[in-house]
Amino acid sequence: MTALPPPELVCPAGTPAGLRTAVDAGADTVYCGFQGPTNARNFPGLNFTPKQMAQAVIYAHERDAKVLAAINSFPTAGRTHIWKQAIDDAVECGIDAIIIADIGMARYLAARHPDQRVHLSVQAGASSAEAIRFWCDRFDIKRVVLPRILTVAEIRKVHDEIPCEIEAFVFGNIGMMAEGRCSLTNYVTGSSTNLDGVCSPANHVHYHEDDQGNLTSRLCDVTIDRYAQGENAGYPTICKGRYNVPHKEHYYAFEEPVSLNLTHLLPDLMRAGVTALKIEGRQRSRAYVRAVVSAFRAAVDDYAAGRTPDVSHLLALTEGQRETQGAFRSKTWR
Amino acid sequence: MEAELTMGPVLFNWEPDIWRDFYLQVADEAPVSTVYLGEAVCSKRAPLFDKHLEEVVTRLEAVGKDVVFSSLAEVTSAVDRRLVKKVAGSEAVDIEVNDISALWHLGGRTHVIGPFVNVHNEESLDAFAENGAHHICLQPEMPKEGIRALAGHALKRNVTLEVQIFGRVPLALSARCYHARAHGKTRDSCQFICERDPDGMVLRTLDDTPFLTINGIQTMSYTRLNLAGELEELTAMGIARFRLSPQSTGTVKASTIFRDVLDKKLSAEEATEQLRSCGPDVPFSNGFYHHRPGVEWRTPGVR
Repeated sequence: MTALPPPELVCPAGTPAGLRTAVDAGADTVYCGFQGPTNARNFPGLNFTPKQMAQAVIYAHERDAKVLAAINSFPTAGRTHIWKQAIDDAVECGIDAIIIADIGMARYLAARHPDQRVHLSVQAGASSAEAIRFWCDRFDIKRVVLPRILTVAEIRKVHDEIPCEIEAFVFGNIGMMAEGRCSLTNYVTGSSTNLDGVCSPANHVHYHEDDQGNLTSRLCDVTIDRYAQGENAGYPTICKGRYNVPHKEHYYAFEEPVSLNLTHLLPDLMRAGVTALKIEGRQRSRAYVRAVVSAFRAAVDDYAAGRTPDVSHLLALTEGQRETQGAFRSKTWR
Repeated sequence: MEAELTMGPVLFNWEPDIWRDFYLQVADEAPVSTVYLGEAVCSKRAPLFDKHLEEVVTRLEAVGKDVVFSSLAEVTSAVDRRLVKKVAGSEAVDIEVNDISALWHLGGRTHVIGPFVNVHNEESLDAFAENGAHHICLQPEMPKEGIRALAGHALKRNVTLEVQIFGRVPLALSARCYHARAHGKTRDSCQFICERDPDGMVLRTLDDTPFLTINGIQTMSYTRLNLAGELEELTAMGIARFRLSPQSTGTVKASTIFRDVLDKKLSAEEATEQLRSCGPDVPFSNGFYHHRPGVEWRTPGVR
């Protein structure tokens, strides 16, 4: 196997301690968000104050790592000052790049902080070379985080047709719907994925066990799945539930509860021109982040050196111990 | 500006002749000012009704309706990209942009921003207006506070706004086709199985409660949006256009009912009663507008 240029390993951090863990475990870059609605992981107990973000940047820079601020939810009318403040705070603490999805915030950045490096979030759903070129042309986007719907062959073509870097998800939770345009949670709960940064929020999740020990998972009053006694129960995400249609019953209508794991496709992604490999999971524990980041650090370094790494232990960290290569391997996934 | 009704693009896969007949009926009978045409959901369907497009455009324009071509909402494959390029290159009509890729092709030419593009705040509206948008159809997820704020801002930018008021609510898009998946096929080998469901395929929960509607790669509400009771408030905010999303039956009748509400010939309560027979017999919803779960229904007049 020939050596490949090592890609940048981009890792999640939900807390300052998580950031230190990721950096120490070998992350080249860590991404995180501010507390509140400005990012797509607005969960209780998660995310950074401006002061913590500034300290995180110092900690990372001292160790040659970079920090990206995800300010990637869509501001609602009348509240854009909260997002602008987050952008100003991120710029103030010397952040390496700001990840945005909203065109209004891209416009604000270009006008107010023209020297700040900006990345386009997966939430912007830029899934074609033309869409990416538009963002680069108008807002000088330096890197696009690609939606998780492209095959490796398509990524290679996109790479050849755009003027910016590509960041691609390689591991973690995989949503089935086009990012930034999914209103399923809001339809059921009244809280919006795009606007409030929540997906199947925990305060609307219920589990009910019947006399026979069967477990029903619900989001508000909507049954998302049902598990026989002893069956491994999952979290009720709408696009991972089981449903009925007229000619088919009790099936995963959208996707099975699997996680994305592209370890075996890493060399293909590197050859396709992907600059940065992204690991999902700002809501995950430090132990999880340490394990996944260490494993990917070793795998990326092995591939870069022309060795074939052993990555079998990453399966134990995937959702329900089940993994998929999602859309990346071939078009039959669609 | 006087409030007008519009007919959104057919989001389902209808047989080409039924597609044509629907638009000819719209031309003859529907009191709508603007008609959106074209495939917004799946690029594989677009060639199916292509042969009728010219006739339909000619008839609609002959009776004074404005025709707008809608572009594809999710653009990934080579086929998707070719379709967007073709639609965006249609210089004789206005273009509704449903994905940012169309903006690249339009290169600053004036256009409409469709409901699949995120415009949630004043700065976004400014950005799209500066890029050539003269009209924006807001996402159905937007609550009334947001609509009101944007309506005020749009006025200053010389942009008009549109809101969907009737029909199933688009909720999500995917690269995967869920119609094909339900039939053990993939998107590439789908054999246009979605044609069997002209109002989409109802997805039920395991306790057999109807929940969502599958339309190829698109997921929609099971319920039907009905903003008859909110029309007066929307009009007062300055919303200029109100969109009906076509269903297999009763859509033209629904347009006459909504026109009567706008003309104060019919109350929201009467309209809602008459709208029950327009399209699939499923519950109404208006929750998004009231900043509630989208599935919820608040009876007109009751707060």
